[in-house]
Amino acid sequence: MSEAKPIGGRIFTWPFMACLAVVLIAVYFLAQRFIYGLGAVTNMNDGYPWGIWIAYDVVIGTALACGGYAMALLVYVFNRGEYHPLVRPAMMASMFGYTLAGVSVFFDIGRYWQGYNIFLPGFANFRSVLLEVALCIGTYVLVLWIEFAPAILEKLKADRLKARLNRIIFVFIALGVLLPTMHQSSLGTMMLAAGYKLSPLWQTGFLPLLFLVSALMIGYAVVIFESTISCVAFRRPLETDLLGRLAGVIPWILVIYLIIRIEDVNLRGYLPLAFSGDLRSNMFLLENTFLGLALLILLYPANRIKPRLLFLSAVFIMCGAGLYRINTYLVGFDPGNGWQYFPSVQEITITFAIIAAEIMAYIWFVKKLPVLADLKHA
Amino acid sequence: MTIRRRDFLKGIVAGTILASTGKPVPAAAERDDRMPAAAVGILYDATLCIGCQACMVACKKANDMEYEHSGPDEIWDNPRDLSSKTLNVIKKFQHGDGLTKDSDPGYAFVKRHCMHCVDPSCVSACPVSAMTKSPVNGVVNYNKKACIGCRYCQIACPFNIPKFEWDSPFPTIVKCQLCSHLLAKGGISACCSACPTGASLFGPVQELMVEAKRRLGMKPGVYYDFPVSNIAGGAGTGSFQSHKAATYVPELYGEDEVGGTQVLMLSGVPFDKLGLPELPDRSYAALSDGIQYAIYKGMVYPIVVLAGLIYMARKQDEPKK
Ligand code: SF4
Ligand code: SF4
Ligand code: SF4
Repeated sequence: MSEAKPIGGRIFTWPFMACLAVVLIAVYFLAQRFIYGLGAVTNMNDGYPWGIWIAYDVVIGTALACGGYAMALLVYVFNRGEYHPLVRPAMMASMFGYTLAGVSVFFDIGRYWQGYNIFLPGFANFRSVLLEVALCIGTYVLVLWIEFAPAILEKLKADRLKARLNRIIFVFIALGVLLPTMHQSSLGTMMLAAGYKLSPLWQTGFLPLLFLVSALMIGYAVVIFESTISCVAFRRPLETDLLGRLAGVIPWILVIYLIIRIEDVNLRGYLPLAFSGDLRSNMFLLENTFLGLALLILLYPANRIKPRLLFLSAVFIMCGAGLYRINTYLVGFDPGNGWQYFPSVQEITITFAIIAAEIMAYIWFVKKLPVLADLKHA
Repeated sequence: MTIRRRDFLKGIVAGTILASTGKPVPAAAERDDRMPAAAVGILYDATLCIGCQACMVACKKANDMEYEHSGPDEIWDNPRDLSSKTLNVIKKFQHGDGLTKDSDPGYAFVKRHCMHCVDPSCVSACPVSAMTKSPVNGVVNYNKKACIGCRYCQIACPFNIPKFEWDSPFPTIVKCQLCSHLLAKGGISACCSACPTGASLFGPVQELMVEAKRRLGMKPGVYYDFPVSNIAGGAGTGSFQSHKAATYVPELYGEDEVGGTQVLMLSGVPFDKLGLPELPDRSYAALSDGIQYAIYKGMVYPIVVLAGLIYMARKQDEPKK
């Protein structure tokens, strides 16, 4: 392992307290949700049975937590050991992202007290895409905690246990690459079942592939995003060189994604639909414009070492690929019959609270545990 | 813009081939999605429906459902659409002068409830087998003891049938189960028992299919005998009524839609006007689990990939020991 050290410092800084406040408000709304039912706090309805808790918290949330997956793929499959310092923080962010996505599922499902049925073979329906997604995400959360365990064991000075875990950790690293490949693509497969209810700008047999590639894209963008933020927030020098080289990977993925995305719509003859001027078509254009802009920036190697441009391109990718996912699950979805959906204040607050909880956990962990590379030795 | 189903399928097929690493997917993922031999269903003939809503009342009674009001000032029970309190609804289509029945311009009734699909998307979608299709009579049933309330069935159903109890802390999914509790006692669905004109006709799907084809061949304006309640005469009222045949749209809705449905419909106005979507001949669920099946059959690909990954991860990890 590369040298990593806790950065120390006070926990209860003002950003931490602000996050805590959001979480407390959300707890109040959640209490209402569990006492009066989902209808009391959300705007979901029989036409839009899935709102932002699925579309954002799970579908985008897990993609934003794909930094660990994307880095593991690069380091272990493409044999790029030089990126090792980026792995542990990315892994940790993934761990929080996935864990909280799993938690938010329990807020969302109506019969949460029977939620464990998912794991009982007697109930399993192996034809269900959702079963595969749920089992994969559940297992992956576990794998992420195990992969991250060495950092915790280091802190606890449990050296024997750490050594023992390190001997078999490669199995979990491998699982950590396989499982996201499976469920990130299946998150796309899931909406195939929606059939005609999903606009042809999004409904395609390429959903699984596009979801997989978009997860990777977001994964790399998030690594750049988080490294930059944590360097600024914790006043550490930026790992521009390493991030710049990492950014060299992204244009390839972007080009592949955009070709498939646009050509698929074009070959099916629906490209004119993208210019019809309504909300759906504009969202389609917006989603791809974000990605196009990111490509424009990153195409020039000189831009990849300019921290501002690098950061901007990461934000564009997160917006573009995030929009793609929200469009597939919500904006492009029209059940007909005049149904409408826009998230309620309570729904949005709870989603923000989940992000806030993630930030709090991140702050706590990097200050207390050996996560970020120790720059004096790096 | 309407969905062109050919193109939709083309896209799906292209992606499927790609996702299954170059090999086309086996037809219907080698699933047995034929209708059970003893499948029962309902033939709803909109041209016979007089909009009396006797079926709605009977359905409420038979299934112990709460009455529902569309607004606070409404005195009578008058649900506007299906909901967690209403399993069955009669809706009215009206266009132009709204004077002539079963024509456009004109008006028509339509009855909505679960179609009891031959290859039901809700059953494919449900992760915990809470939705099941009876292998005996093909009825699609719901089991709240299994259900986790994920609502994927609602996303997947092409007819927007399953409803969720949004206002309950302990919600269930609600949908027509073809009065399974009455069928179990040898009875027929309450809505068909109650229907005074035979617009809702219960019976074995094969027989209903033959009856529907007979009606499609009738000469408009000529009187014919129409069975009432139960097509298998004797078991129900077994009676017949004489009606003037209407001008039917030459299509039996539910014969091919999403692989066929056990509830069949005849109408005098185009089905899309009645809110029944134009659908491909195979269920969307069959398409999506075709892809799943191709990738995950026997978990072969995932295991091979995992083995490769373990090898690579080990190699990367080695020098640091
Ligand atoms: S109509 Fe919908 S709920 Fe009924 S069987 Fe078909 S897919 Fe399931
Ligand atoms: S809501 Fe219940 S019945 Fe519907 S798919 Fe989920 S678990 Fe199955
Ligand atoms: S079959 Fe039974 S549950 Fe279904 S609509 Fe008719 S009366 Fe209602």
